[in-house]
Amino acid sequence: MSLVFAGVCSHAPGITGRAERADPALRDGLYENFGRMRASIEKSGAEALVVIAAEHFANFFMDNMPAFCMGMADDYEGPIEDEAWLGIKRHRVPGNPDLAERLITDIMQDVDLAYAQEWKFDHGIMVPLHFLTPRYDLDVIPVNINCQGPPLTPLHRVWAFGKALRDACDAAPEKIAIVGTGGISHWPATPDSGKINETWDRDFLQKWAGNRKEDLLAYTDDQTYAEGGQGGFEIRTFIAIAAACEGNTGQIWFYAPIPIFAVGCTIATMQVS
Amino acid sequence: MSLYSVQKLIYNLNRDPSLVERFKIDIDSVLTEYKLTEEELSAISKPDIGLLYVLGVNGQLLMHYAALWEFEWDDYIQAMKDGIEEHGEVRAGMYVRTGGGYL
Ligand SMILES: [Fe+2]
Repeated sequence: MSLVFAGVCSHAPGITGRAERADPALRDGLYENFGRMRASIEKSGAEALVVIAAEHFANFFMDNMPAFCMGMADDYEGPIEDEAWLGIKRHRVPGNPDLAERLITDIMQDVDLAYAQEWKFDHGIMVPLHFLTPRYDLDVIPVNINCQGPPLTPLHRVWAFGKALRDACDAAPEKIAIVGTGGISHWPATPDSGKINETWDRDFLQKWAGNRKEDLLAYTDDQTYAEGGQGGFEIRTFIAIAAACEGNTGQIWFYAPIPIFAVGCTIATMQVS
Repeated sequence: MSLYSVQKLIYNLNRDPSLVERFKIDIDSVLTEYKLTEEELSAISKPDIGLLYVLGVNGQLLMHYAALWEFEWDDYIQAMKDGIEEHGEVRAGMYVRTGGGYL
């Protein structure tokens, strides 16, 4: 059993880039729970952190868009965005190509997975890392699921990916933590930025925490877009975590809509066994 | 309509600081490398962030292009709202699904 931690969190750039403009009580509550997640990961003894992200045209574009991609580089650099804009200084992030290669090889038995030996992290990975491994001393293996450029990765394939990732982790001797990061409802970087559908978010979180596979896979992109905006497509990252922990339930540590962060900020974990 | 090319240009700018340098010194020489309509060329060079939004540029790209031109966050959001006022509904890309306006 080498999966030692599983969780999900938000990654909106405003969380660090527009920190001073948020309600301090809500912001501090979010930060506190990011800290709690960091402590849990440390306590788990994790030797590597797999971040399942929904990046935003930093590495993957419509010239060659993979449904799934996993990083296999020695190291990574981020953020790709302006440091002042994001409120995070540029860092080198250590990878683990040896473990990544074994995970990729195993996952490929079940899911067609692209891999990359070059990857510039955007806010989708850097905001979580800023809180979860602030000294950038934990090996990171990035995963991307196409949540941005339609046609998007189908949800049932996301489930298959999560299962395959779990099997691959279980076959590795290393202790591995996985964190999915995205959504839930939001309309990022559009005139509707700041709009948050709290009812839809809470309903999704209940289904997620209950690990209700059928309910989670019943979402359609049209419905998600109508209720949860284009940012809602990032539920894929949460669903991958639920699949990796199939049979177990989750715990919502923090949820609060923070409009200047443009998202219902979420921190949650799921039992790995 | 060559939304793909507009977005590719912004994607490349986001990834390549040396391209940004060249873009700032001689924007026209960079733009000739992309297949763009007159309207797209003028929206990019002005820049008319609102028109770029109406043309369908994804916000995940557009917000960085606005930041490159030193738009503050609130001004960026306002520019898109003004764009819809001035140029009408979003014409292409993902946001057409909303009916083209904002909610
Ligand atoms: Fe995102």
